[in-house]
Amino acid sequence: MIPEFGHFSLILAFAVAVVLSIVPIIGAAKNDTVMMSMARPAALTQFLFVGLAYAILTRAFIVHDFSVLYVAENSNMVQPLLYRISGVWGAHEGSLLLWTLILSVWTVAVAAFSRHLPDVLVARVLAVMGMVSVGFLTFMLFTSNPFERIFPAPIDGNQLNPLLQDPGLAMHPPMLYIGYVGFSVAFAFAVAALLGGKLDATWARWSRPWTTVAWAFLTIGIALGSWWAYDELGWGGWWFWDPVENASFMPWLAGTALIHSLASTEKRGVFKSWTVLLAILAFSLSLVGTFIVRSGVLVSVHAFATDPRRGVYILAFLCVVIGGSLALYAWRSATVVSRGRFDWFSRETALLLNNIVFVTAAAAVFVGTMYPLLVDALGIGKISVGRPYFDVMFSLISIPLLLLLGIGPMIRWKGDSWPRIARIATTIFIISLVLGLLAPFVFEDGLNIKTGLGLAGALWVALTALRDLVVRIKQHRHLSRSYLGMVLAHLGVSLFVIGIAITTTYSVEKDLRMDPGTSYNIAGYEFRFDGIKKTPGPNYVANQATITILKNKEKIGVLHPQKRTYGGRGNPMTEASIDIGLFRDLYAALGEPLSNGAWSMRIYYKPMIRWIWAGCLFMAMGGFIAVSDRRYRQKVKQRISFRRSREVLVES
Amino acid sequence: MRKRSQRKLLVVGVLIGVIIATALGLKAFNQNLLYFYSPSQVKAGEAPAHHSFRVGGMVVKGSVKRDTKDLGVRFVVTDNAATVKIKYTGILPDLFREGQGIVAMGRINPDGTFVAEQVLAKHDEKYMPPEVAAALKAGKKLKAEQRKNGTI
Repeated sequence: MIPEFGHFSLILAFAVAVVLSIVPIIGAAKNDTVMMSMARPAALTQFLFVGLAYAILTRAFIVHDFSVLYVAENSNMVQPLLYRISGVWGAHEGSLLLWTLILSVWTVAVAAFSRHLPDVLVARVLAVMGMVSVGFLTFMLFTSNPFERIFPAPIDGNQLNPLLQDPGLAMHPPMLYIGYVGFSVAFAFAVAALLGGKLDATWARWSRPWTTVAWAFLTIGIALGSWWAYDELGWGGWWFWDPVENASFMPWLAGTALIHSLASTEKRGVFKSWTVLLAILAFSLSLVGTFIVRSGVLVSVHAFATDPRRGVYILAFLCVVIGGSLALYAWRSATVVSRGRFDWFSRETALLLNNIVFVTAAAAVFVGTMYPLLVDALGIGKISVGRPYFDVMFSLISIPLLLLLGIGPMIRWKGDSWPRIARIATTIFIISLVLGLLAPFVFEDGLNIKTGLGLAGALWVALTALRDLVVRIKQHRHLSRSYLGMVLAHLGVSLFVIGIAITTTYSVEKDLRMDPGTSYNIAGYEFRFDGIKKTPGPNYVANQATITILKNKEKIGVLHPQKRTYGGRGNPMTEASIDIGLFRDLYAALGEPLSNGAWSMRIYYKPMIRWIWAGCLFMAMGGFIAVSDRRYRQKVKQRISFRRSREVLVES
Repeated sequence: MRKRSQRKLLVVGVLIGVIIATALGLKAFNQNLLYFYSPSQVKAGEAPAHHSFRVGGMVVKGSVKRDTKDLGVRFVVTDNAATVKIKYTGILPDLFREGQGIVAMGRINPDGTFVAEQVLAKHDEKYMPPEVAAALKAGKKLKAEQRKNGTI
């Protein structure tokens, strides 16, 4: 019976979502306070019902209720608890439920933290989020019900895809979804503002913290995915330009443009309609991401749906959301006037150029990802876009990006003088360039222009950010949290670029055949293969190798890469073993058994690869710190005290 | 007047930048388009001789032969109508198996052997790479036609 309660709970959530998406918006149009005040309770009720459904599905996983088809397909008796809980979002139906749950959490959060906003706006924002929710609930109820039963129930289930049984990956989808779905808040604010025809700077101030939080979560989600690919797929790469990765990268690029554009709109009231367009774009790309990942257009570990109805539904939903919001934009944006005036050499221009760079990057990824799908859909042929295309595009794009990133934050709003900036920047520029180009000599005996320029760019970004910080501290100027957040995020970019430049150039990767007792040297480390032993795990059996690492004849570590076979499915799984370090990773993964006890093996030396993820973490932390800035909280307090005094007046 | 000309300069600069980026991007795009060919198409000589491409099909049972000294491996893929010999040096993916669908990326030698730089089997064993599924379907059709025309 309990799973039926889950299903019923979803139906109730759907009914509430329909109310949430219709009543408040009519109320806003008629200026009817009663109808508008329906929005908050409806948001809360929707969350309770979706949350209940989610809890029931999780329970079915924990207690091994294999009469639920979805549980039987993704869990079994020996699956550890962690992977039973994460199994909920391990396949299509459950991941949709997670998406809907996160959307309802964001909706409640907006309802709770918007006391200081005008009621009309809140009603519209919540209603728009309700519409998105209706779309997803319909999809779930009609094409992908997670509570579907099978009869007779199997005694034991299949299992969660072994590749997904990894702690990093257990956290990857929730983080990614919090980010994706978080952009729906910015989207809802944008659509609400268009509906109301009131697009002022306060609109940007309200939606900015939401967007930054969503962006920070998305950053963490993508970084976790990249770390998982490195750790789990056994190839030792951190980014593959796989369409599925690109699907999460496109909303990130649009979101990054959006948080910068929101800054100009909030501070100076410029680029208003452009910012609205970006908010629509960022959320649309999140939906496109869902579409290409979930619809089965791309066959990969992520693509669950093979039912063509699902693909058609998502496509239709996509058309309604993107088409509808763009039509609204076309109709309303003419009324938006950007009043702020600025000089050509100003912070505004720098941020505009930033936006051009990020949108170009998103377009480059979009073309590389969608063109093969288009060609396939038209029946012209089967093609794929090779990795070098993306590599070339992003090395090109990073040049203006890094140059701007150093200089942009120095330039004053409204207008600045070139000589002032040149006086500050020239020295740093020369120092970065010289140090950057000299740095490769530490690793090799020659000039490496590409790596050198990458390092110079990273240094330039870090030094300009740090100089600005030091100057501000010396002048005893107030350091706001949003400023510190920005500095941290920009330093994160610098770490990220250093990591990429060093790893791509100086990694040593060897695929080789090793007999027990033999050793192999790479980058000054000796990898000695001591042998293979059968080792049982909770729900798998592994061939585990022992590899001793020696440096200058001294033992510095032992690696235990495994080849696992999981019970339910017969295919082997590679589990790499990595000796982690701030400046280098030593990586070993097993290939396959060859003759005479020998194994094929991957042995890698990966210098500074951790810096890539550390950089992402810095960026995300920067986002969180920026959001905690006083001005977002102060505003609330002022309004509340104002309202209180008004209430006191009324009472007296 | 000066301000206006400066602004013009900026706009022109950005435009030139975008044009250069687009041109370089298109060039990189064209150079890195990888077409997929089925074994039948390769046999018919449709695949490019001097450019990388992808080929895919089922790994023929009993065709996988390993070198005893290094990581070299040779195998044959088929779409049930034609076959292609593939040579690869390195570690095969976990899901590589005889009788499974795979996709290989590389170039074809004058002797007709395909030298793979990369061999892909999809993450989940339930699925067949879509290109391979389509190639197998086409191969089946081709074979049926050949039978009908009495060419086999």
